[in-house]
Order: sequence, then structure tokens, then C-alpha cells
Amino acid sequence: MAFTAFSSSTAAAEPVVRRKSRVALFLLLPGIFYLILFFVTPLISLIITSLQAPDPLIFGQFVNAFNWQNYAIVIETYGEQAVRSAGYAALATFFALLIGFPLAYFIGITLRPYPLLQSLALVLVIAPFFISFLLRTLAWKQIFSTEGPVSGILSSIGILGPGESITGTTFSVVFGLTYNFIPFMTLPIYATLVSLDLRLLEAGNDLYGSPATTFRTVTLPLSAAGVMSGTLLTFIPAAGDYINASREFLGSADTTMIGNVIETNFLVLQNFPAAAALSLLLMGFILVLVAVYVKRSGTEELL
Amino acid sequence: MTNNDVPQGGFAEAGADLELVGITKRFPGFTAIEELDLTIPAGSFFALLGPSGCGKTTTLRLIAGLEEPTAGRILIGGKDVTATKAYQRPVNTVFQSYALFPHMTILENVAFGLKRRGIKNADPLAHEALRLVELDHVAGRKPTQLSGGQQQRVALARAVVNRPALLLLDEPLGALDLKLRRQMQVELKDIQSEVGLTFLHVTHDQEEAMTMADTVAVMNKGRIEQMGAPQELYELPHTAFVAKFLGQSNLFSGDVVSSSSTSMVVDAAGTKIEVPLARAQRHSGHVTVGVRPEKVSLHDSEPKAASGRNVIGPGRVTDVSFSGVSTQYEVTVPQHGAITVFVQNTSISSLHRDGDSVWLSWSVDHAFGLADEAEGEPVSRFHADLDTSMIAVQSRKDLEAELEEA
Repeated sequence: MAFTAFSSSTAAAEPVVRRKSRVALFLLLPGIFYLILFFVTPLISLIITSLQAPDPLIFGQFVNAFNWQNYAIVIETYGEQAVRSAGYAALATFFALLIGFPLAYFIGITLRPYPLLQSLALVLVIAPFFISFLLRTLAWKQIFSTEGPVSGILSSIGILGPGESITGTTFSVVFGLTYNFIPFMTLPIYATLVSLDLRLLEAGNDLYGSPATTFRTVTLPLSAAGVMSGTLLTFIPAAGDYINASREFLGSADTTMIGNVIETNFLVLQNFPAAAALSLLLMGFILVLVAVYVKRSGTEELL
Repeated sequence: MTNNDVPQGGFAEAGADLELVGITKRFPGFTAIEELDLTIPAGSFFALLGPSGCGKTTTLRLIAGLEEPTAGRILIGGKDVTATKAYQRPVNTVFQSYALFPHMTILENVAFGLKRRGIKNADPLAHEALRLVELDHVAGRKPTQLSGGQQQRVALARAVVNRPALLLLDEPLGALDLKLRRQMQVELKDIQSEVGLTFLHVTHDQEEAMTMADTVAVMNKGRIEQMGAPQELYELPHTAFVAKFLGQSNLFSGDVVSSSSTSMVVDAAGTKIEVPLARAQRHSGHVTVGVRPEKVSLHDSEPKAASGRNVIGPGRVTDVSFSGVSTQYEVTVPQHGAITVFVQNTSISSLHRDGDSVWLSWSVDHAFGLADEAEGEPVSRFHADLDTSMIAVQSRKDLEAELEEA
């Protein structure tokens, strides 16, 4: 368990690793090279692009500059979509946790005496990955479409008014995000719960902890690392997602998220500086959020 | 958040008595406990002794509420608790695996039960319990930073701090080395006499059971074979299992050939063995009788036949093992097989050597007659009883293996 590996004051007992080792450095070289080529280079390129100014001579071209107003402009222009992205991602994370935790608990703990069923359930959680993300989202669009079965039923019982549809609403986008990220939420939580020592729960019960109390004081803290990883793995990609919210899938003009804006700026409007600035802002925002989250949860030692 | 069902505030004034009435526990495919009746008086130190898989851990789990009995009732202090859940019972367990919460400090672990019951000054009480097991200086550490022995003492403190009416101990001294074990045995006895709790101790270590408990119940295959004070059990075992599991015994089988008003004579493969009627469970037919190894004396030549002594011989010494205080001899007598003899080393030189021809004798008063037949080696099936929750599976496998053999 992670706890044993990261207990803070046993450091003295751990073997001292030699600080300088040429072999270690040598072994790290491919990784460092990879990072420089595929992470640092595009990042620098992105930063340069984000500061470019329009070419005064040729329309549609940009020249290197230090045009930091790009940031101010995109914040002003796309503030609404940014807030919506964060909101949608937070909602999707919340719902994914709501569905993913019981699911992980069921597979990791309830099914523990039945290894075969446990493996089967795990496969079922992972199975959607075998089909393309786009296809699955399109399938939901079909199911939710105006001619589809769900809309038909909802219309007939009067929940859905005439002319209203499910797709293109906040509901359908958050639904799509939640659906697509449930495995990302479930698997890390499952990983912590499957190794949870059930005798600890018995001890909790024995020490006057009702099932609810034992869950709150024992199960939940001991699966915190999984919940942490799960929420991060869901929130980060969900905040930047541009498939679910796009008009071709489950979204509409009213549900545009920051990912869609970046996509449009890069590929349609070809306003590269604005797209780059937005990308960097999104990255910065998520970085700060994650840092605060990890710090506040006080579980950095569990990661 | 406190639950109304959880016993709130206050401690048990004294230990409560425990009563099991007709308890049966069946797991899919096998029966762990069959029609078990057991009464443990308040304030006693009771040991449930038996080999792994005999149902003793299941019994403990039933009392703690971690398992539900298939049939029967459990009463604690006269109150029927059969239908209540583990967290509602005035019972605490010292788990064999310690089961300390890894995410909490030692202090939080010990205060856990107190806080669940809404006791106000939980922390000072927890410190006090930690001082009792001499671990208050590690109150701020996490369980993984403690040694196995320390963890076990924390587990004990975590249970004792709640002053339960009944304290269940599941092989709590198993992981300790001999010195710590002795220390803890003394501490446990101290705690018990200080606090007056009722202790139910489950163990497969006969020495531990005999030194600590007021009453020992020997359990085998889901039944209690015999129950009584340790000395009583040792001196007068009723069954072959008890005779073999609690210490060692030399057993002989044969038909009762004559009996007087006070004793009977058994013809065991040609040797006449006399047993007092008062110390025999059965007085006719084919019976098994026995004697403890330390009660047997060795002789260089055939001792004069005397009333009040059983004599067997001649035999050959086949093994001598010296253990300081005493020497253990293995004497092979042709018609009886190997007989074990313990001799106190009161003289300087070893009297008998490997290969010596010797005679054996013991006082008739020390012989005992059993209720059942000696069969095979009852203590041969030993396996690690490490995981209490897996015991069902384990015992099931054993039973299946046994069935296949049969």
C-alpha cells in the first residue's frame, strides 16, 4: 500500500540513494530527450504563437511579437465558455464519482469472493474503450435524437415540450462527459478498494462504528488516493474536451466549451495566437487547480 | 455523527457473563460449529483451545457479531444479542491481524471506539490505555512505523480502552517473541484483575491457554471436547484428543478383563494395566487408557510386582533428548510401540542411553481412562491460521481433503 511507502518519519531507515550516478543519468537520457522534443518544444512554440501579432502587410498571417493583449482579448471574448467548461467538467466529475464509486466498491469489495464475476465486471467497465470514443458519443446522439426512443417517450409523457430536444442541452453534454469518463473515475478507485483490508472494516464495526460511520472513517479515507486520481483523470480531460460539446455530437451553440473555442480558432478562424493563448490559459488554470486540490486534500503522500 | 444503536457513554461496570445456546454455524458445504452450548461466568479468563480449523475463531466471530449463527442464541449479561450487529454489542476484539487503521495515528486508533460512543474525554483515556501497554510515547505515530509486537499492544489498548463487558482475544500473542509474550501474558492478567473484564481467549497454544486461563475449553471439529480448570484437564483428560492435544500422553487400548469396587484392569496386548474407576470414563468393553509421560518411571531391571503400580517391559530406549530441566526418553516396547517418558534431571549423570533395555512403571492413581478410542494423530493437521476471514475457506478445503482420504 502507498501508506507504507510514504510514511514520513521512517526516512532514516530507508537506504540512501547515491545522488550522482552517471548510469542513472544515462538511463534517463531517452526520457529527457523525449520530453524536450515532444513537450518542451511545442510548449515554447505555443507560447511564441500566443504572443504573435497580425502581419500588417499580409492578411491572415502573423508575425512574432510580444502582443500580450491576446490574453486579455481571449479572456474577455471567451470568458463565458471558460466558466462553462469548468462548470461542465465539475458536474461531470461529480456525477462520474457518484456512479463510479459505488461501481468500484461493488467490483472491488462486494464481488471479491467471486473472482470470475469480478473480472467480468471489470471487463464490462473497460469494454467501451474497444469502440471509438467518437462512435460511442455519436451513438448517444442517435439515442437522444428527436426521432430517437428517449425523446419519443419523454415527449409522450409531456416532459419534453414540442420543439424541444435533448441533444444540444447542458444535460446532454454533461451526460456525454460523465458517460465517457466513468471508466477513468472507476478504475483508480477500484484499484484502491480492491486492496482494502476488509478486516479493517470488521475492526471498525467491532469498535462501535455503524456501517455508515465505518465507511466515512475507514473506507473513504483509505480510498482517498483513488478518488483523487479518479477526479483528476476525469476533470482535466473533461475541462478541455471538445467532442461532447460540439454541434456535431451532443452540443449546440449554447453549450460551447473552451475546447470547442480553441478548435474553432485553430482550424476555422485560423486565429492562431488566440487559440494558443487560450490553450495556455487552460493549461495554467488546470495546473493551479490541481495544485490547490492536492494541497487541500492533504493526500499528496498518497499519490 | 453518533448512532443511537451504538451503546453511548459510560463503561461496563464489570464483566458480563456470556452464554451460547445451541449455536450452529454452517458455511456453504460444511458445518463449522455444531450445537455448541457454552457458559462463561462474568469476570473469568476463559480460553478456547484447539487446532486450526476447529471452529474456535468462528465461535469468536459469532460472539463479536462478525458472523451470524445458523441456529442458536448468544446472550451477553443475560441479554439476547443474537440479532444485533457487531457495532451494537458491548464486545471488543483484539484481532489476530491487529487490524489497526493505517491512516490514523496510534492515538486516533485507540480513541476510535470511544469517539464512536460519544465519550467526551476520549483522548486522555486513550493516552491512559497506551500507558498501560507502555506505548504512550508513540501515540503520534502511524501503525506501519511500529514493530509487530508494538502493533499488537496497540490493538490490545484499542480494545481494552472501551472497557467492554466481554473482551475477545484472537491469538493475540501469536506474533510476539517469547519474552514479550510472557510480558504480555502478565499484563493481560493484570488488566483482567484490575478491570474485572470477562476475557475470552482463542488460541492453539496449549501452554498459553493453561498459564493464563481460569477455565480452558478444548475444542475439536466444531465441538467442545472437554472443559475445566487447566490442571483438571491435564490430569484427567476425557478424550484421546484432549490427552494428545493438551500435553503428551501414552495411550493403550484393550478390553476390560476384571474390575473391583475401586479399579478396573485392562488387558492391553497382554499387559495388564490397572486404572481407578473414578478416573475412567468407561468401565467395560474395549477402552483406551493412558498416562502422562512425566508420571512414568524408568527401571534398569524388572521392578517387583507391587499393588498400586502398573509395569510394562522390557523395552528399548530408542531416543534420548536432553532439555535441561528434564530428559525425554522414547522407549519402544514391542507390543505397545513407542512410549514417551519425561525424567527430571535430579542426578548429574544421564541414567539411560540409547539402546538400553529398560522397564517402565507408574502409579495406578496416575492412570486415566478415556471415553473414546485413540485414533491416529489428532494434532497432525496443522496449518497457519493467519487470516481469520479466510478460515472458513481454509477449513472447508481441509474437510474436503479429509473426505477424499476417507
